[in-house]
Amino acid sequence: MSAEAHYTPYHPKWYRRRVSVWWWLQNRSYTTFVLRELTSVSVAFFAVLSLWQIRTLVQGPEAYAHFLARLRTPLFLVLNGIAFLFILFHAVTWFNLAPKAMVVRLQGRRIPDWVVAGLNYLACVLLSGAVVWILRGR
Amino acid sequence: MDIFSCDVLVVGGGGAGLRAAIAVAETHPRLRVAVISKVYPMRSHTVSAEGGAAAVIKDGDTLDAHAYDTISGGDWLCDQDAVEVFVTEAPAEMLQLEHWGCPWSREPDGHIAVRPFGGMKAQRTWFAADKTGFHMLHTLFQTTLKYDAIHRYDEYFVTKLLVDEGRCQGVVAIELATGRVQAITAKAVILCTGGCGRVFPFTTNANIKNGDGMALAYRAGAPLKDMEFVQYHPTGLPFTGILITEAARSEGGWLLNKDGYRYLQDYDLGRPEPKPVLRSMELGPRDRLSQAFVKEQERGRTLEGPYGHYVHLDIRHLGEKLIDKKLPFVRELCLKYENIDPVKEMIPVRPVVHYMMGGIHTDIHGATPLPGLYAAGEAACVSVNGANRLGSNSLTEIVVFGARAGKVAAAFASEQREPSPAVLAQAEDEHGRLEERFLRRTGGKERIATLRAEMHKSMEGSAGIYRTGSILQQAAENLRKLQERFDDVSLDDRSYTFNTELIAALELAYMLDVAEAIVQSALQRRESRGSHQRTDHPQRDDTQYLAHSVAYRAEGAFPRIEYLPVTITRWPPGQRVYGK
Amino acid sequence: MHSTVPLAVTRYRPEKELAPTLQTYEVPLRKDWVVLDALNYIKDKLDGSLSFRWSCRMGVCGSCGMMVNGSPKLTCAAFLSDHLPGPIRVEPLHYFPVIRDLVVDTTDFMQKLKKVKPWVIRKEEKPLEEGEYLQTPEQLDAYKQFSMCINCMLCYAACPIYGLEPSFIGPAAIALAQRYNLDSRDEAARERLAILSQDDGIWQCTFVGECTKVCPKHVDPAGAIQQYKLTAAAHWFKSLLLPWGTR
Repeated sequence: MSAEAHYTPYHPKWYRRRVSVWWWLQNRSYTTFVLRELTSVSVAFFAVLSLWQIRTLVQGPEAYAHFLARLRTPLFLVLNGIAFLFILFHAVTWFNLAPKAMVVRLQGRRIPDWVVAGLNYLACVLLSGAVVWILRGR
Repeated sequence: MDIFSCDVLVVGGGGAGLRAAIAVAETHPRLRVAVISKVYPMRSHTVSAEGGAAAVIKDGDTLDAHAYDTISGGDWLCDQDAVEVFVTEAPAEMLQLEHWGCPWSREPDGHIAVRPFGGMKAQRTWFAADKTGFHMLHTLFQTTLKYDAIHRYDEYFVTKLLVDEGRCQGVVAIELATGRVQAITAKAVILCTGGCGRVFPFTTNANIKNGDGMALAYRAGAPLKDMEFVQYHPTGLPFTGILITEAARSEGGWLLNKDGYRYLQDYDLGRPEPKPVLRSMELGPRDRLSQAFVKEQERGRTLEGPYGHYVHLDIRHLGEKLIDKKLPFVRELCLKYENIDPVKEMIPVRPVVHYMMGGIHTDIHGATPLPGLYAAGEAACVSVNGANRLGSNSLTEIVVFGARAGKVAAAFASEQREPSPAVLAQAEDEHGRLEERFLRRTGGKERIATLRAEMHKSMEGSAGIYRTGSILQQAAENLRKLQERFDDVSLDDRSYTFNTELIAALELAYMLDVAEAIVQSALQRRESRGSHQRTDHPQRDDTQYLAHSVAYRAEGAFPRIEYLPVTITRWPPGQRVYGK
Repeated sequence: MHSTVPLAVTRYRPEKELAPTLQTYEVPLRKDWVVLDALNYIKDKLDGSLSFRWSCRMGVCGSCGMMVNGSPKLTCAAFLSDHLPGPIRVEPLHYFPVIRDLVVDTTDFMQKLKKVKPWVIRKEEKPLEEGEYLQTPEQLDAYKQFSMCINCMLCYAACPIYGLEPSFIGPAAIALAQRYNLDSRDEAARERLAILSQDDGIWQCTFVGECTKVCPKHVDPAGAIQQYKLTAAAHWFKSLLLPWGTR
């Protein structure tokens, strides 16, 4: 097929490059971004697990014990482990990006990014600590 | 060939062109105004101006003071009626820009801040950090987007003015993207194409500054005025020619020779003080600073590097905080292009060609002698800048005269008939010329880059900071020969789609025409004034040369130079005194 | 250190070929040469038919954006020595249609820029005789960063959303809209909100963040977009809870 078929005088053909379906592997930032978005799968996984836990609680102590035993199987330990790593990744990327969206100005000067991110981390640690304390009872 | 038409056509999309277009749209909303530019308007060279724009606004400053500084800075070659109009309309134009959103730097109470600038007795330079031209251009461009009446022809290269029945009736242009040659008729044409710094090898000017509009007018019979006055900016980076703004000196920078000595004190520019003093030392006018460099070089007190001689600009003593606040772009440029941090090291600088005081001859409204043809901005010579331009007057000039030219061109256009169909024949001829001479031509031996380099060599050697008659004569003959050799130029690229080699060839042809006008004007002016310094005629001669040189094109021969007296109103010629 | 380096440059001549190809040229390797200097060397000495855009060569006009080794860069600011070893790949800006060689069609951006109304809009203009609108340095700082955009479009070439969904309004256009929204002299934030909350507006952005990374003028368009999302969301809530209060 000759190029002349596509070109008529003063009517050149603009070339449109197709975006490859593997675009997200071209670049470290892109890959990190897609992984970050995929962390939503882990969040969904934990949500489903929590719902299942509540359901087995309602069904009675036997069902609940069965559920807990399930959680101790290697498959679920691995799944939970991976999901937890993804959640941590999600939290870290989220906190690091938070200063971009939240611009706080005090006395005309912008609060530095690391302060905003740091406050988020601090809040996360404190809240996690509070949750652990509540769950352990005393 | 299709014909596009409009009422007012603005050639060039920089500060002057966009301001002219807005002026047409505002004063005559029914007219169709079009802006045609060989690049997208935000790429125009206005974008790189750094220092500021002068206008009287503070108490204690007067219009007369601004006028006097401008006229004396121009070594009394400025037309004083033009200067009076210029200083009077400047504050309103700057305020108009502010109303359109230009982010001028402010004082703590919210009023416009001004800073000192070379050659000005009072502080009157408005600035937007150190990117004034950038902000002005983007403000103007974004403001033009709100007028539906303004149509744009982006990336169209104008090759010829259409003149019929003694008036300018439009242009012929190449649409870069497709290669199609287009006729665009108009009842008035305003040339705002900027200067021609690329005629010289070391210049702050961008690649696009080839004197397009100047050559177009010149070829159509309109004369070029004061072309010999070429401004060298005293502080440009060697190799790239990138400008280090005068603001670096107005904030307190020092120029040091190889011994670390502030050498300007040896050249009648004042005593060195620790803080900058207006109109003294490093804040003297640009031509005197550039001349001081050449003299230092002759005395062997400059440094020598791979790209020629240079001196040092020292701003280390200003401190990192001030540099980052007032001169961030300077720091960025030095780091990115010469790998030097001005907070810790001295910046290598040398004079580089920066601005053309000369240009298309216009009256104080922007009208050229050819009816229907107007010009504004650096492409025009009104003359406000005379023999030497003061820093921060140009950004003001483009909006003041852009607006003025827009208004008169619109008024003219609203009284004209439609252009005659005879111009279509001219446009067809031009199309044929482009095809035959460039795209279809075989056997040519000359390369564009070679001819351009030879033109550069001629111009640098003859029309530099100091000039001599015999060398200028030689250069005039060289340029004639280069014009003949240009007929034999050969292109590698014979395609239509975005053929930048064809554009480069056409730009070289424009530059050769303009270069001839520069050299001939310099040769005929047998005196020294402002930025035109003759070693064989070192004195200023007001009896013979208090006049503008006006260059007319002569086919196949040297340009013909005539003289036009300078308009003097209230300021009789005096001596230019700095540092006292 | 070698004294030359190969440059692999995209060539596309629509009158002769159907698709772009890569052509390799050997160019001098000098310490202070940028990719643009190499391209000019090719055009002047080796092959005059190479087409590319450039103008100021000091990073302020925005003409010379191209992909250098796969990343969008201003070629006037990309040192050859930073991209060794060769061959250095120079390609046209991603996600824009290619007109010829390294020249892309940017009319899409120009249209989007106009769409966001990047000019000062006020109900009433102050007459010039009354002087300037007062604006303190703090008020200037609020939008200053977003006003530094040189329209180089490197951010569009870096944005995968723009690549996958060409109707996305894009980083620079939103940053410029924000520049006017945050300018104390402008009064049209509501008007622009209506435009930017449409389907192709800010909500298409998923905060990849690459636009900010490649921006040569540190405009931070990603930040502009995320901040704007907060403003838009807050406005939506307010209009829900206090429908009469948001006039």
